[in-house]
Amino acid sequence: MFAFFLSSGLFLGWSLGANDAANVFGTAVGTRMISFRKAALYCGIFVILGAVVSGAGAAKTLGELGAVNAVAGAFVVALAAGVTVYWLTKLGYPVSTTQAIVGAIIGWDLFAGALIDFVALEKVVLSWFVSPVLAALFSALLYKVVAYWMKHVKINMFSLDAFTRAGLLVAGIAGAYALGANNIANVVGIFVPISPFSNISFLGLFTLNGAQQLFFIGAIAIAVGTFTYGKKVMLTVGEGIAEMSPVAALVAVLANALVLFLFASQDLEGFLLSHGLPAFPLVPVSSSQAIVGSVIGIGLVKGGRGIRWRILGEITAAWVVTPLAAVVLSFIALFFLQNVFQQKTFIPVEYRVTAAAEKRIQAAGISVTGLVDVRGKTFPSAYQFKKALDQHMTLTNREKDLVMAAAEIVHLVITNQVANRINDPTITNEQKEAVNQLRGKSFTHGWELEQALAEQSQEWRMVPNHKEQNEELKRKLDYVYRLTRSTGQ
Amino acid sequence: MADGILKRKIGIEKEVDEFLDRVSEAGLLCKQGMDTYLKGDMEVYATFLKSIRDTEHKGDALRRSLEKDLYEKTLIPESRGDVMELLEDMDALLDRYTGLIWQFEIERPDICAEFHEDFKELLSYSVESVEADVRSCRAFFKNINAVADHIHKVSFWEKESDKASTRLQRAIFGRNDLHLSHKMHLRFFVKQVDRIADEAEDVADRLNIYVIKRML
Repeated sequence: MFAFFLSSGLFLGWSLGANDAANVFGTAVGTRMISFRKAALYCGIFVILGAVVSGAGAAKTLGELGAVNAVAGAFVVALAAGVTVYWLTKLGYPVSTTQAIVGAIIGWDLFAGALIDFVALEKVVLSWFVSPVLAALFSALLYKVVAYWMKHVKINMFSLDAFTRAGLLVAGIAGAYALGANNIANVVGIFVPISPFSNISFLGLFTLNGAQQLFFIGAIAIAVGTFTYGKKVMLTVGEGIAEMSPVAALVAVLANALVLFLFASQDLEGFLLSHGLPAFPLVPVSSSQAIVGSVIGIGLVKGGRGIRWRILGEITAAWVVTPLAAVVLSFIALFFLQNVFQQKTFIPVEYRVTAAAEKRIQAAGISVTGLVDVRGKTFPSAYQFKKALDQHMTLTNREKDLVMAAAEIVHLVITNQVANRINDPTITNEQKEAVNQLRGKSFTHGWELEQALAEQSQEWRMVPNHKEQNEELKRKLDYVYRLTRSTGQ
Repeated sequence: MADGILKRKIGIEKEVDEFLDRVSEAGLLCKQGMDTYLKGDMEVYATFLKSIRDTEHKGDALRRSLEKDLYEKTLIPESRGDVMELLEDMDALLDRYTGLIWQFEIERPDICAEFHEDFKELLSYSVESVEADVRSCRAFFKNINAVADHIHKVSFWEKESDKASTRLQRAIFGRNDLHLSHKMHLRFFVKQVDRIADEAEDVADRLNIYVIKRML
């Protein structure tokens, strides 16, 4: 059953490889500086390395699909996103796989009666504008600088060719590594807690843990996607939107990387803030959309005559279609899987303001007088609970999130299996021991488990003003929470 | 990896330079060959014939090797076609020099002493126009912004060559003591020399377009 569920994740990985490899190698292949086979080979190798070496340590091991609370549901969501990306890849359009996943999750939210993540939706819409505009500005600027430099520096045509080729290759390799590290969680992350893999040691040189083995399989799917189906989108990016010189191709890739690094890197933000420097605002940037912007930026600097506006219009339409198609596909597929194949595509999440929840809400400084009408009542879905809250209370969005989190019913039981099945290498022995200590205990709310773990061990406690550390702890808690739920199912 | 690519490129840069050296060399040999022919020293002339033939073979081999590298290693994809044409054009100029020297050897035209200096002058203009082409080509590969500094000189020398050719033809046909067949034979050689400058100008015109295409 695990293999069956995993297949849709692998299909999504394959689609991602077919589409997103264009973000890193599209301009190089389009300008014939690097052959498609060579680009696909390097892309494949470094996607795998990125996924296995850096993917498992990423803050979001569960990926976007972590929002889906049943494996069959995640199967459908991944499949819907995969089919959407495949369809648009077949047409040759560079689209964002993450946005397809967000769309498919919204389809699941609608089907499961869960709350739609409007923040994620807002990010998707924003990125349609922010990514290309920022990338176009950067590439135009960079292009001007390079053109000025080339005017004043005597460089042999063949040397320039060599530097450009080497630059494209290095940038492509770095991009492929980042592609693997950042996207692998979206492909197979959801399956980590139910993975049957145990650690494998290679001649005592290095050990691959369960998550890494899963990530390796997912990365192979991405690499195969690039090899078998990546050329069309690469050519759209590299020569379809506008004719480009090899130097322009390198400028486009560098502008893309720069925009992602400056405006989407939490690491850079953390580094700058920790050194008392002003940080760039973090904005939703999609690599697929940024690379298109980079190409347009160069086209505009050259006078705009070389830009094929019709293709650009089609690409923009494809961006809008991506999440929408995923919503519809996901919803329909979930309906069939649930009603025709009798599969549990979501675990209904109930909400009840229990005495403990009320205490927690009160402790957060929120007035509980408005809770009189909802107290003790069980609401079958987040949507209905939110509706009731809106009727009886006036809460800010942050307060509403807090009340909802406090009232969410999860019914967790720490069985003997839980501690034994922890295969996340970042969870320390002390943390594992703390989980072990809670054997046999049951919890009504998720936060109760968090509290119990924090009481058991210092290592499960949040540290004030340590954003990164707390993020990592939240991820680990989420992992334990999912593991507990999957062993209980 | 990048180091390997650079080494390969340095090899090609050297080959291009060597090829253009051969074109220049052929021009000098041609000039010396004509001087020797006009002096009537056919024994020495035979050595020039051999030298220019060797230069042509070397040039051909270099061009073939360059073209092979360009395609096999998929170098300079955006300018590959233009560079190939340029190399072939320059090779054609080299062939013209060789052809001219051979033609003198085969047909042995009887050039009157009063036309000797005119012939030398005419050939020097043609060689100068090819030299300006060679310098433009080197700039095209090494410093594209400097191409303009050389390319206009091609037209200048071509015009000079046209003037000298017209002057010489007038002088030839103005001689009443020569047979028409003799005059026509001499005119044929004037045209052959002048054609080198004409072709050099055509190459320069094409090079101008390649430069525009290569500008970012």
